[in-house]
This record gives sequence, C-alpha cells and structure tokens, in this order.
Amino acid sequence: MAKPAVLTHPESLKRPAGPSEYAKDPVNASMSKAEKIALYTKMARIRHFEQRCIRIYQQGKIGGFLHLYVGQEAVAAGTISLLGKNDHIITGYRDHGHGLMVGMGMNECMAELTGRVTGCSQGKGGSMHYFAPDKNYWGGHGIVGGQAPLGTGLAYAVKYMGLKGSCFVYMGDGAVNQGAVHEAYNLASLWDLPVIFVVENNGYSMGTSQERSTAHPGCLAKRAEGYNMAWDVINGHDVYEVRAKTALALKRAHEESKPTVLEIFTYRYFGHSMADPDKTYRDKEEIKEYRDKKDPVLAYEQELLREKVLTAELSLQINEAAMAEADKAAIFADESPDPTVADITKHIYWEEDNRGPKTTSRGTIIFE
Amino acid sequence: MAVISYREALRAAMREELKRDDKVVIMGEEVAQFNGAYKVTEGLLKEFGPKRIVDTPISEAGFIGLGIGASMLGIRPVMELMFWSFSYVAFDQIVNNAGNIRYMSGGLINCPIVIRGPANGGTNVGATHSHTPEAILASHPGIKVVCPATPYDAKGLLKAAIRDNDPVYVMENTILYNDKGEVPDEDYIVPLGVADVKRIGTDLTIVAHGRAVITSLKAAEILEKEHGVSVEVVDLRSIRPLDEETILASVRKTHRALLVEENKPFCGVDAQVAYLIQSKAFDELDAPIHRVSSIDAPQIYCKRMEDQQMPSVDRVVAEALKVLA
Amino acid sequence: MAEIIDMPKLSDTMSVGTLVKWNIKEGQVVAFGDILAEVETDKATMELSCTVPGTILKIFAPAGQQLPVGAPICAIGKKGEAAPEAAAAPAPKAPKTAVPAIPEKAEVSCVPAAPASSGSVTPQSDASRTKASPYAKRMAEKAALNVAALSGSGPGGRVVGRDVAAAASAPAASAPSGPLNVAVAPPADGKGIQPDADVPVGGMRQTIARRLLESKITVPHFYLEVEVDAAPLMAMRESLNKRLAETGADAIKLSVNDFILKASAEALRRVPAVNASWAGTSIRTHGAVHLSFGVALEDGLVTPVIRDAHAKTLKDIAIEAKALIGKARSKKLTPSEMSGSTFTVTNLGMFGVTGFFGIINVPNAAILSVGATIKKPVVDAQDRLVIGHRMVIGLSGDHRVVDGANAAQFLQALKQLLEEPALMLI
Repeated sequence: MAKPAVLTHPESLKRPAGPSEYAKDPVNASMSKAEKIALYTKMARIRHFEQRCIRIYQQGKIGGFLHLYVGQEAVAAGTISLLGKNDHIITGYRDHGHGLMVGMGMNECMAELTGRVTGCSQGKGGSMHYFAPDKNYWGGHGIVGGQAPLGTGLAYAVKYMGLKGSCFVYMGDGAVNQGAVHEAYNLASLWDLPVIFVVENNGYSMGTSQERSTAHPGCLAKRAEGYNMAWDVINGHDVYEVRAKTALALKRAHEESKPTVLEIFTYRYFGHSMADPDKTYRDKEEIKEYRDKKDPVLAYEQELLREKVLTAELSLQINEAAMAEADKAAIFADESPDPTVADITKHIYWEEDNRGPKTTSRGTIIFE
Repeated sequence: MAVISYREALRAAMREELKRDDKVVIMGEEVAQFNGAYKVTEGLLKEFGPKRIVDTPISEAGFIGLGIGASMLGIRPVMELMFWSFSYVAFDQIVNNAGNIRYMSGGLINCPIVIRGPANGGTNVGATHSHTPEAILASHPGIKVVCPATPYDAKGLLKAAIRDNDPVYVMENTILYNDKGEVPDEDYIVPLGVADVKRIGTDLTIVAHGRAVITSLKAAEILEKEHGVSVEVVDLRSIRPLDEETILASVRKTHRALLVEENKPFCGVDAQVAYLIQSKAFDELDAPIHRVSSIDAPQIYCKRMEDQQMPSVDRVVAEALKVLA
Repeated sequence: MAEIIDMPKLSDTMSVGTLVKWNIKEGQVVAFGDILAEVETDKATMELSCTVPGTILKIFAPAGQQLPVGAPICAIGKKGEAAPEAAAAPAPKAPKTAVPAIPEKAEVSCVPAAPASSGSVTPQSDASRTKASPYAKRMAEKAALNVAALSGSGPGGRVVGRDVAAAASAPAASAPSGPLNVAVAPPADGKGIQPDADVPVGGMRQTIARRLLESKITVPHFYLEVEVDAAPLMAMRESLNKRLAETGADAIKLSVNDFILKASAEALRRVPAVNASWAGTSIRTHGAVHLSFGVALEDGLVTPVIRDAHAKTLKDIAIEAKALIGKARSKKLTPSEMSGSTFTVTNLGMFGVTGFFGIINVPNAAILSVGATIKKPVVDAQDRLVIGHRMVIGLSGDHRVVDGANAAQFLQALKQLLEEPALMLI
C-alpha cells in the first residue's frame, strides 16, 4: 500500500476543531440567530442527503458515478451563504452540496440520481450534472477543470453587463494541473474578471495524493502568484473561517473586479466516488481522525451550542427532519417515472424546443 | 447590389449584427489590433472599440470556454479560430460543453455562441493546419455547422448563425476569402438547413459544400461543353441541419449522384449524404452513388501534390463520367 | 421501524457477494459509518459500512455464505423491536434496457463471399440474375417490360434507364442482341429482308413464351398420328351447309374445324381418360369438356375456350367458335373465355401443312393437331388404287396422364367419328 499522504495543511488544521477564531468576524457576528440556524440546517441537510444516496447506490439504483460531499459541507455552505443577486457558481462533479445550498429540492435532486423525468435535469444529466440557472447555479460538470473557463466566462458576462457580481469556480485539488484551469487563471487576471477560484483541497485527486500528482505541492493557491492574482488558504472545517475569508475575495470581485484563488482545505470521508474501494491510498485511522475531531457539521453544531443559538433538542430535530426529508425524497425518486423514448430527442436545440415565428432554421437536425 | 468579396461579406455580417445587438462580442486571436490574421475583422476595432472587439491570448480552451460561459448569461460571442485546425485544442469546450449543456440541464440553459474561422486545405501549410472538421462536429447532436461557398451565403449564414440561440460553427475558407460576388446591401439572412441549387441540370446531380462547390461548378462547365452533359450542382450550405429534400429532389430528377467534398473519405459529410440518398431515393438511382473526397492521408506539404490530393476539377470530371457510364 | 439491510452493489459489475466475516453481533448498537461486515465481490474484498444507525436485530446470512445483490443480510432497528422475517431474495433484476426482439424473419444472406483477394462479394454466377439499376427496374415494371430480357448498356452490362426507355419506345436500331448474344452481321448490301432490330416483346408473346416453354420442359410429350378419310366429312359438311343456307343469308357456315371440335368432344366421351389433368399426386378427371382452339393473330396466338362442348350441338359449337374468333381478332376476349380448357385443337390445314404435332396447352393432357386435307393415291377396301381425300391428325399426349394405348384409343374413336359422322348422333 502506498505511503499515506503528508498533507501540507495550515497549522490550525492539525488541531481538533474548537471555538472558531472567526466567530467575531463582522460577516459572522452580523448573522441573526435564524440565519445561523438556517446555515446549520443546510449543512445537516447536505450531510443526510449524501448519506441517503449511499444506500440507494448500494441498491443498484444509481448507475454511473456518485461523488459524495460528505466531510466537505462547510466549503459549499460557507461560500454560498455569502452569494448575492449577481453572484454565480459553477463546479465540477462533486456538485450535490452546492445544489442543495443554492436551494434545489431534495426530491428533484434524488430523482435525477436515478434518472427519473422528475429529476432536476429530467433524467438527462445524472449525479454530475445538477443545474439551477434560476438560482445562479451553472452546473455540475464532468470533465475535470472544464468548468474553469466556463465560470470565467460567467464572470466576464457579469462585468460586460456592468453588474456588481462574481462567479465562484469550484474545483478539486486534482484540477489545478489541467491546462484549461491555467488558461482560465490567465484570462481572469489579464482581463480583471470577478472570478473566485475555489480549490476544494481534500488532499487526494481520486487515488493520487498531492505529493504524487503536483509539482510544488506545498500550496496550490500559491500558483496564483504566477498569474498576478491574489490568493488565500482557508481551514475548510470551520464554516466561519470560510465565510470570513471568502467575504474578502467577494469584496475584491465586486469592488475591484479582480480575481482571487482560494484554497480551502477540507476532507472527504468516502472514496473519490462510490466505485472507489478507498483502500489503496489512505489509512482508516486518518479518516477516523477527521470524523472524530474535525467534522465540519459537528464543529458548527458545537459552535452554535456554545453560542446558545442551538440546543441539543433543536439540533436533533433538525437532523431528524433532514433524514426524514431525504427518506421521502428517496421514495419520491423510486415512484417517479422515467423519461420516454420520445424525450430522448428533446432539449438538444433551443430552436427545436421553441419552434415559432422567430425560429428560422429548417431541414433535418435529428437524424435517423 | 454591391459586388464584394467573401471576406468583406463576413465583415459586413459582423458589423451589422454588432450594431443590431449590443450583446454581440467578437473575440479571438489577433482580431482587434492586428485587424485579423486574414483581415476578416479589419476596421471593426476602430468602429466598435475594445469592449466589443476583443483580442485573446493564445488560449483556445480558455477563451472559447469563456465565450460559452458568457453565452449562458446572454452574451452572444462570435469567436474566431485562426484555423479550425486549432479547435482540437478546445475540443472539450466546443463539444462537451457547448454541445451538451442544454441537454444535461434538461433544457434549462442554451449557449448562443458562434465559432467561425477557416476550415480548409489547399494552402500549402501542412497536416496540422489544414483540417476540415465539419463532419466530426456535425456528428454531435447539440451543435450546428454551416459551410458557405459564396459571399452571398457567407454573409447570410453568419448573420443567421449570430442570431441563432444554439451553438453554430461556421466553416470558412481562406482561398474563398478573395472571391467576389453580388451581395445585397439590405438586411437578409440565409436560414440554416436550406441548400441551394447553384446550377440547374438534368443528367447528373453533384452535391458539394464549401470550396468543393466552386470546383464542381467548374467541372460542370467542362462536362457541358466537352461532353454534352447537363450537370446540376447542389450546394449544401448547411451541414447540420441538413436540407435533405433539395438533395433528394435533384436525384429524383437526374437519377445519378456524384458527391464532392474536401473532407477525407472516412465519415466525411458525403458519407451521410450517400446514406440519405440510397435510403430515401433508392428506386431513383440509375447508377451507384460516387464520391470524390480528398485523398486519404494527412495533408501533404508539397504544393503540386496537395492540389492533387484535394478534389480537383479533373478528378471531378473523370468521376462524373464514370457515374454517367 | 426496522430496516432490512441487503447485500449491497459494491461495484458496477457485481452480481453476487460472499459474506466473509461479520464485525458485529445481534443486539449490538451500531452508528453511521461503523463497519458491519467484510464482503468479497468480483473485484475485491470491501467493507460494508453502516448506513442506518440502531441496534442489530437479526443476522440473516451466516459468515461464508454467497448471496445475490439485493438479498437480505441483516435487520437494524430500535432495541427490543421484533426482528422482521427476511423476505426471499429478490430474483436478479432483469436488465433495465429491453433486449431487442429477434425479428421474425431473419435476413439470411445466401450469397457466398468471393475469394479474399477481390475483397468484394460477387453474386453467384447465375444467368437468371440481371444487373439492373433500381431506376431501370422501376421503369420496366411501369412499361410492363421484363428487365431480364433487356440488354444492358451500363457498366458490367447493367440495364439502365436509357435501355428501358429505348425498349419501351420504337424499336432501337443496332442494339446488341439479346441474352444469347449471337452476333449476326447485317446484310452487306444494306437492303435486307427485314430491319435488323430488337423488337420489344409485348405481354402476349411473353405469355406464350413462358407457357409453352414451361409445357415443353415439364410435360413428357409423346406423339401419335392417324390418317383420316375426309371424304365422308366433306360430303356431310356440304350437305349441311346447303341446308343451313336455306334458313337465311346470315346462317352459320360449318367449317371443317367445327366438325373436328364436335368429333373431339364425342371422342372424349368415348375415351374420357384423355379429358384429365396431371395434379402432382393425383390425376384430375374432368366431367365437362371445355374445348380450346387456336386462333392465329397478327402478333401471336390465342386459344379461346368453348365451355361444355360435350353438351353442345355442332351448330352451337360453330356459332360460338365464330363469335370467339371475332372477339379474339378484336382483342376483346375476356380472361374466363381464355382459360379453363380441358382439351385443345389446333389446325394448320388452311396453310397447307400436311401434319404436325402441337405443344400441349397445360394443364390439358393432350393436344390435337389437324393438317390439311389433300388428294393422294390410296388403297381402298378392295385393294384398288384410288384417289383419296386424306387428313393427317396428330396427337401430342402427356405421358404422365395418358398412356400410348389410351391415346391410340382416342384417336381410333375420333377417326371413326370423322369417317362416319352419323356416329356423333349416338
């Protein structure tokens, strides 16, 4: 078995989770009680949704891939909780958490996993392709790093239209070696685009640790300097720290229209995807260590208990409600119908879906 | 009606659409300050300024992906590839993203982008700069592909492409850039999916696209004058969508078909056209369908041989006579 | 409520798993993520982690057992809850995608491949397979032409549109000859006995060609001949015609052929075995005599049928024959007037042919061929040499239906009836 990775995380990560140093940060202190409870609820919902998916996958109902966000909740929760009207997000295939954070429903998300017509992409995308453009969520993409130029383009459009906004481009630590990411970095910096590149560094790109995949593995965000961009590193188990540091990047985007690279250190408890037996590249002890001492959902629960915002009963209620909601969504997915054969050739072209006096093209566009 | 070049026709299309819709942005390598590698965008920067006419670094995956991302929010980028041969660098963005995002989102999103540039051989620039990828791009549902052969079609198709709410890829030809033709001054489009009979005839149907149309028209002249054969030339203009009816109507009239393309033989555009004709006009055929493609090898450098590799007028005439035997 | 944990699908190709080892016991409390057991799959031994926190109520599958994916392995619930019964393992899930039904008529290609060097499939060399373009075939069908009979001017001898067009319009000049490909030089002086031409074959000739070829090839013909003293017949004919003429100017005139038709029907009454058809495993005998007779036309021959000739008088037969001949000449014969015969009579006597043997008109069992009546020296009953009026009649018989003896008996009967016509009255 390969030697476990030596993770080059900041010092704070070596300590078990404790009271957050960022609780007093204005962006956190200004949250109301209700907002804090809502944030915790959202994190719990991600946790329970993802865990419910495991059972469905093991029942053989989810074909293809399933990349779970369990352990990384604070990254999506912390960043997305800051979004405004003209802030957009785009990510790779570990996209369930981001979808739930922007407000997608568990029913449509669960149904999409089993390919039902009631799914958020009508059964046409699957786990890796959740989209909610009405909530500024532009997917859910399967090719590692491919979303980076797309997100840079979303930021370009926001700037072109003279709006104060941004685009968060999430990617994993494995994506930083893709050419498309470097091209996006260059364009974002060269053209002063309000992009916030969020590298969700969970230490492993599939089965390959950073040490084995990345030249200069010490700190991925530091590459931003090669592109004349600002950068920062964040302890991703602390949702308050995520919020506080991301707020600065958001300000830079809104007010200066300049990009930032944020490396958020986090961890995933499960394999890269469900197909990953997760035995060849790390120790069980390592996973247990994170679960027991640095779990972000647990950490925030503790934080809110300390702040007397949460009580143990309320927390239990919230978690049970989330579990029940996930169970109901699983049933909804099971009972939903598949798309039909006729549906296969819909939603390919805007013109074909919107035939009318304004559509001018003719001829054959779907072939036998 | 003015007589202008294919290049000027493309420029006029872009100028008119830039004026018509302030979401239209022209983007690409050397399109602004350099006035375009092939001078297609000459003068546009001066007229519209750097916000509308944007020079990009050499970064096809990056800037084409950027254009696609921006189009999701309503910008209408018209991106120039210096050569369509460079599209392979951005293949993931061009095919996986532009082509699939609408489908994978269940119809929630559309990408109204245009990618345009020369897709041709015959210019003595070697194998990696001479690609004609219309067939491989058109094989992806979600993508539209057009190939104008004349200035009139170039302007009309580019305008239609810019107004189209789906990704449209425009295959131009550096050799055709200087060709002149009549182009109306007033606003018009050539709708996608409509072929054009460029020459009416009765004995043989030639189906072609792009510069192969021009080659076929020359061959048709020779066939008429020297062999007394009346040849009809159908210019596809649009690859996907494809005007099947015009092709079939012509074959029903002449009963013999010769397909001419600058693609290499394997799964070029004509492979699809041949299937169409034999499947829907089988009983009209008086001879098997013949095809003249580029000779099946990477594009050779030696100029005299490249001219032979491409479908030449001589090869088209010879093959036509075989079909008519 | 208790949850039943099934054998999980731990890889996309897994269909069965072996429960190698349980890490927990019945009654144990487990939390999310605890390892319940080790499961061996087709790819590796994996750990099964707990997804339902609670108490292990029951273990269904002992260690070491192999189970299909979806089979229940344990139940988890609240402490003290009753353990549910394990439902039978679900049948392995049918694949979600329907297997396309095998088409009822499988397309079987019978064409053998050519040797590898040519690389292409060549059809069996089969003279009856004509190379013709789809368009030519369609044109030929419309023009009622047999594309197989046309010569092809396309590559490889393919029949193409222009060949059909030429065949359908006026005869083309100097096209290469038909399937036999016999090259015949045109007249050297340019003034031949007829044009060198390819005359297109119309429907009637096609039919004649097809039917008679079929008859010649499939029917075992044998031939008998008899010479009839026609003098009594001629005398009777003259006297009857005189009598008929007295009834009116438009009275029917009896022809020799009419007598022969009547006599044939009567002869068949006496030797009915000849009024039959070969039916493969049986011989079909016919109760009625439907007589067909040949009528020569400009471009061919038709054989109209007099139905129930055995029940008609000589005069009826004569009237009907005349009417049918008229219809035949004006091409107004209906299909029912041209079919259904049981016996055929042909007569070339008017051309001076002294004797001949026709081709059987399938499915008749025989055909009677009548020659001209000629004056010739004959030996009479008193062994004297006298001038006789003799008619030679030939009979071609289908040896499957009729033997020589039957046929001879028939001819004997016919001769008798023709030489003593009064016998036709009884």
